[in-house]
Amino acid sequence: MADLKVAWNKRQDNTLIGKEIPRLDGVEKASGAAKYSNDINTPGTLFVKLLTCPHGAAKLKLLDLAGAEKVSGVKAVHAFVEQGAEFQWEGALVAAVAATRPEYAEDGIRAIKAEFEELPHFVDDADLAAATAAGKAADRGENTKGDVAAALGAAKVVHKGYYGIHTITHMCLEPHGSHCEWKSDGSLDVHLSTQNVSGTAGQFAGPLGLDASKVNIICDYIGGGFGSKFAADEWGIAAATMAKKAGAPVRLMLDRATELKIAGNRPSGYAEVTIAADAEGKIIAWDSHHWGSNGIAGGTLPLNQMPYVFDFDNRNRKATGISTNTGPQRAWRAPNHPQLCAITDAAIDDLAWKLGMNSYDVFLKNLDKTGRPDVYAAEMEIGAKLIDWKAKWHPHGKGEAKNGMVSGLGMALHTWGGAAHAGTCKLKVHPDGSVEVLMGSQDIGTGTKTVIAITVAETFGLEVADVHVHIGKSIYPRSGPSGGSTTVGGVSGPNRRAALTALGTLFDKVAEKYSVDANKLTAKGKKIWEGDKVVCTWKQAAALLGVMPLEVEGEGPKDDGLTSAGVGGIQMADVSVDRETGRIRINKLVAVQDCGLIVDLLTAKSQVYGALIMGIAYSLTEEQIMDPKTGRFINANLQDYKLTKIGDIGELIAEMYQPDSEYERGVIGLGEPPVIATGAAISNAVCNALGVRVPVLPMTPKRVLDAIEGARA
Amino acid sequence: MKPQDPTGKAGFSRRAFLKGSAAAATATAAALGDPAETQAATARANVLAAELQEITLNVNGTDHKVKVEPRSNLMDVLRNDLNLTGCKDVCDTTSCGACTVIIDGKATYACSRFAVECQGTKIRTVESLRNGDQIDPVIAGFSKHDAMQCGFCTPGFVVATRAFLDQNPGASLEDIQKGLGGNLCRCGTYHGITHCALELARKGGA
Repeated sequence: MADLKVAWNKRQDNTLIGKEIPRLDGVEKASGAAKYSNDINTPGTLFVKLLTCPHGAAKLKLLDLAGAEKVSGVKAVHAFVEQGAEFQWEGALVAAVAATRPEYAEDGIRAIKAEFEELPHFVDDADLAAATAAGKAADRGENTKGDVAAALGAAKVVHKGYYGIHTITHMCLEPHGSHCEWKSDGSLDVHLSTQNVSGTAGQFAGPLGLDASKVNIICDYIGGGFGSKFAADEWGIAAATMAKKAGAPVRLMLDRATELKIAGNRPSGYAEVTIAADAEGKIIAWDSHHWGSNGIAGGTLPLNQMPYVFDFDNRNRKATGISTNTGPQRAWRAPNHPQLCAITDAAIDDLAWKLGMNSYDVFLKNLDKTGRPDVYAAEMEIGAKLIDWKAKWHPHGKGEAKNGMVSGLGMALHTWGGAAHAGTCKLKVHPDGSVEVLMGSQDIGTGTKTVIAITVAETFGLEVADVHVHIGKSIYPRSGPSGGSTTVGGVSGPNRRAALTALGTLFDKVAEKYSVDANKLTAKGKKIWEGDKVVCTWKQAAALLGVMPLEVEGEGPKDDGLTSAGVGGIQMADVSVDRETGRIRINKLVAVQDCGLIVDLLTAKSQVYGALIMGIAYSLTEEQIMDPKTGRFINANLQDYKLTKIGDIGELIAEMYQPDSEYERGVIGLGEPPVIATGAAISNAVCNALGVRVPVLPMTPKRVLDAIEGARA
Repeated sequence: MKPQDPTGKAGFSRRAFLKGSAAAATATAAALGDPAETQAATARANVLAAELQEITLNVNGTDHKVKVEPRSNLMDVLRNDLNLTGCKDVCDTTSCGACTVIIDGKATYACSRFAVECQGTKIRTVESLRNGDQIDPVIAGFSKHDAMQCGFCTPGFVVATRAFLDQNPGASLEDIQKGLGGNLCRCGTYHGITHCALELARKGGA
């Protein structure tokens, strides 16, 4: 029997892994051929419009759907609630109308009689005093380590600061929703925009009174999720219900405003921080009280992750949650980390300023309080060279102004887990040599299909295009949801294991047929080799299977070194600020990121570039703006909710930190970490430029000008 | 608590003026788009139902007869009646560019036009840029530079890039940053898009 040890190749033996390989479905996506849930148009498909609660809080005094049912073209009307229901946030779903054309569905919505009685609401999560006075604040814990008071007394420098970061939304460009179609055998096909292909069938089946085995979840492509798309959701159930009622397929995607109001957001975080250092710049005390809101539940950032990355010897931390009449939070790329980082690393930077030290040196001196000091130190050195820190850094506010613009540098660092999720693949080698993989996974933009193909092709000595990858269906073997940077490890491990098993089987057949030693065989260049002699081609080897394909299952994760967890990463920003207009320009962002073994360098770098660009948005422009008077989310559209545009990004450097020691760690997820430190790095660069801390992200021109004028933004 | 401002100095006139006008920022932002386009998008929700009427739309070189209402916008008709779903439905407010098509040579948000007013024009959608294995260099470039992640904004960006390079074959970096500023991406694929467009522009916009 061929004895193939489960491991990755020696790094220098790889022909595909670690190279820059374009994604397999790039042309499908770019040419518009890729079909998303929002594009499914099976014959007779009905279109849905929604009626939602227009107030921050309200009681539904009247709901009369009869008018809608009489509208021409309307085929089904659905009530999400009964008359008398109370709503706790604007955008909450009241009713839906499915019709043969979207215009008719709009007519149907207008024909619904609905009356609301406004109830008191509270939407200000930044003002702790107001929330406390309104009875909306709740203690979320406090704990202490060491002796903070003594350390503060002994400190050379003590800094007190206020920092904050507003709520943002996911802004998935494909909204949440599905296309539901009942089949003649009583089963239900759901084209669902989901990060969770294998885990959603039961969520439909339960409420619909159906066996989960009768629900087929399909998601060939998903137009963004960022942590918000794991569930069937009430609107998914409504789509299936209306499809049943109408006897026709129904496509229900949330409209843009509703998407932003109810389909998830990233909670806010604000904090008062006291931080202290000795004369050497070693941080000896941290005392913080943070608050914020994740919606009506009144939670805030986790107590035990503050301060972020660093764990100081003397530390006190306290958390207060605020309940607001806003749509509930959902996991947002690296949940809680960007907020915790923005607070912690801004405070450290201000402390460095007060110490009269270079921020770089203060971060460096305190790396012993982190979990990976060597990695951070190495990454900081690389980053400093790439952004020219030594030449460009100046004490905060002491840079030279040019045409009213001042420039500055800032840095921050982060951490993430990225362990592989559980999953199984089925790998088939056909007697004609063709190869396919089936897996109930999904591609949220990471390049899942490509990662699978690279893994299998590398193992078999084939080309990427030789591996036919099927994902996106719940009938395929179970794969974990794509959240928390778990997918690349979650698919590459099982596929490497399955491919090695299959290769061992083929090697045995080749050994028998050609009288060679199975343990000396290798597969590369579409051939099977014994040492430097070709034994046969890949196709000839596969033909030895006979008439039936070879099927192998691969599972993961396992403790065999193919995958692991835990990364660092540092980021540096070079910005210019117009002191007159408050406008911030990104000159350059540098990300130095470790993530173990990189399967596809091209798509890995894309994750980092994309994260930096999302980071620019939450640092400078994007935020949920709630109107305190009406309780409404007043910029719930893509015009007033400001995303980064193509001209706003400056120069981006994605430097993957990949010494052999990283390769040896195996695959670790990458999606979340590079979005974390961007906010703090940009904030620190702005502070370095201005000599003024703009305490709250996003640093809109108004907040910059307010900070310059010394008023609290 | 006050932010840390060691200078403590107040700003002067221009800054105060800008700050004072911040309240009007939202209204200003709304006006930044093409007013006519914004009007058309708003109108669509308010126009009352009318009989379906048959119109002819020339899309990708072929005449298509479709039955639409006067209020039907071009994006919905392309997507729902002609099944040309490369044109994506994203923002509802004529602001994101995901539904970009080329009308008589000009990049246009399909959601900003009523279908009936597009009779007699030549409409090109992203589907016209690929014929089996024959693909437009813009599509090939997007793939090569990995100028996409989830891919939902990508076809709109491809069409915008095609139209932009047709009109600006030797575009500079600055031209590209301005010329493609009408499309939005959430995953953050601008780095790859910029490099793709620059490479094509250096080859004369192929």
